[in-house]
Amino acid sequence: MVKSLSKKIYLYLIFFFLYAPILILIVFSFNGSKSRAHWTGFTLSWYGQLFHDQQILTSLYNTLIVAVISSLFATVIGTAAAIGISRMRKLPKAMIINVTYIPVLSPDIVTGISLMLLFVFLHIPLGFITMLMAHITFNLPFVILAVLPKLKQLNSQVFDAALDLGATPMYAYKKVILPEIMPGVITGFLLAFTLSIDDFVISFFTTGSGFSNLAITIYSMARRGIKPEINALLTLMFISILLLLLLVNYRMSKDTKNKA
Amino acid sequence: MKKRNWIAYPHIVWMAIFVLVPVFIVLYYSIVSISDNGIQLTLKHFARVFEPLYLNVFIRSIELALISTAICLLLGYPAAMILASKNLSKRNMLIVLVIIPMWMNFLARTYAWMTLLERNGLIDTIVKAIGLPPLNIMYTDYAVVLGMVYNFLPFMILPIYSVLSKTNKSVIEAAEDLGATPMVTFKRIVFPLSLPGVMSGITMVFLPAVTTFVISELLGGGQYTLIGNLIQQQFTLTMDWGFGSALSIFLMILILISMGIMSKYEKENEGGGLW
Repeated sequence: MVKSLSKKIYLYLIFFFLYAPILILIVFSFNGSKSRAHWTGFTLSWYGQLFHDQQILTSLYNTLIVAVISSLFATVIGTAAAIGISRMRKLPKAMIINVTYIPVLSPDIVTGISLMLLFVFLHIPLGFITMLMAHITFNLPFVILAVLPKLKQLNSQVFDAALDLGATPMYAYKKVILPEIMPGVITGFLLAFTLSIDDFVISFFTTGSGFSNLAITIYSMARRGIKPEINALLTLMFISILLLLLLVNYRMSKDTKNKA
Repeated sequence: MKKRNWIAYPHIVWMAIFVLVPVFIVLYYSIVSISDNGIQLTLKHFARVFEPLYLNVFIRSIELALISTAICLLLGYPAAMILASKNLSKRNMLIVLVIIPMWMNFLARTYAWMTLLERNGLIDTIVKAIGLPPLNIMYTDYAVVLGMVYNFLPFMILPIYSVLSKTNKSVIEAAEDLGATPMVTFKRIVFPLSLPGVMSGITMVFLPAVTTFVISELLGGGQYTLIGNLIQQQFTLTMDWGFGSALSIFLMILILISMGIMSKYEKENEGGGLW
């Protein structure tokens, strides 16, 4: 009894540690003054001002647009590549997978500066396009790593059977292979999307002064003090993530219960 | 069966342009000196990396990252064990709760620690109320380590949890039936079986910790330079791309060596990863 109680307390402490700063963000989003340390009374005004703050809204929009385009693009190219790679002979397969691993293993800062040097070398002005290309680059490996295991599980004869029954290769891919590997494709897409939304370091090095995402905006504010509107925005994001995940989790656990 | 590898070509071309070419550009910048006399091969950038001043930065970064990794392991392993012992539906919910903080912008979360840690901040106020002297850990190594542990703890918990939850319970029961004490069962059965998870946890905490520049800049106050800060400064402040590239290459070599050592211990990655 004592043992299970101490386990419970330990777990609560770990969760308290993980959520303390988030709690601070939420509490200070209702703070009457701009101070990040002193509580001066309750207000909702930051939430109102958030929707009039052009800088924050633009960077939120930029974050989302880069995340959507880069993860969709990476999912399409990556899924196709995974199918191609899974059919290759051992040596070229190993070579390509190793190169694909490089952005996963490199520290973000090294990926960031090497891409920045590439863009400078090619005389591409740093901004939206370069940040997008950088995000596609670090998203691609995660899509491939998510899809490849699904292809490994796939029975290769199913595809041949489809062809024998008169399906064109394109049709067989669409109707036979794609549905089978769909869970991997979706995992890859979600992974890519979250990584893109969350990225600061690589974006920081691959964009110019004219185009910043949310992370860069927060970074540039951190020295002078983050605007309370950011706290309000993060609180809204936190609540939506929480609701979304709890909903997904609820449905998943219901599914597993139904199966069992 | 006809091979249809061509659908992998866009990816291969992309990787060649955006991964391989940049590696060579970094290599190129690290071994040339560009001046009015033209471009010459040089080793001066790498020579600078080995100056005591900069070597110390490497040693400090590795030290702080190792300390943070050790603390993450000490805090994370018991947490992962407790999580793995819960029943299925409760477990999934708790894992989601471990993951959610990672989805919040990490800069903002690190910034929130400044509120907690700074002089007259929340923690000091509480400490003073109890009657203890203020901690004043803001802008010290303690604050940087705390920031690292905070940001990377989930990366330690999740892989260990995923291995522990797949561990065959009957092995543990067998050990208990054969008279092993809980301590012996843990030392001889549970821990060795969870090693793949521990290894990937260590890798996933150590790598970002050793290369971070944001945590040290915000919580260390900029006066405490780590490798990440040093590299960042070369590209944003001093514009010494040659030295910055040499530092990056040296860092990559260090990481490859340490991962080589790690993978020696990690025979088969049996579900130790995050995904």
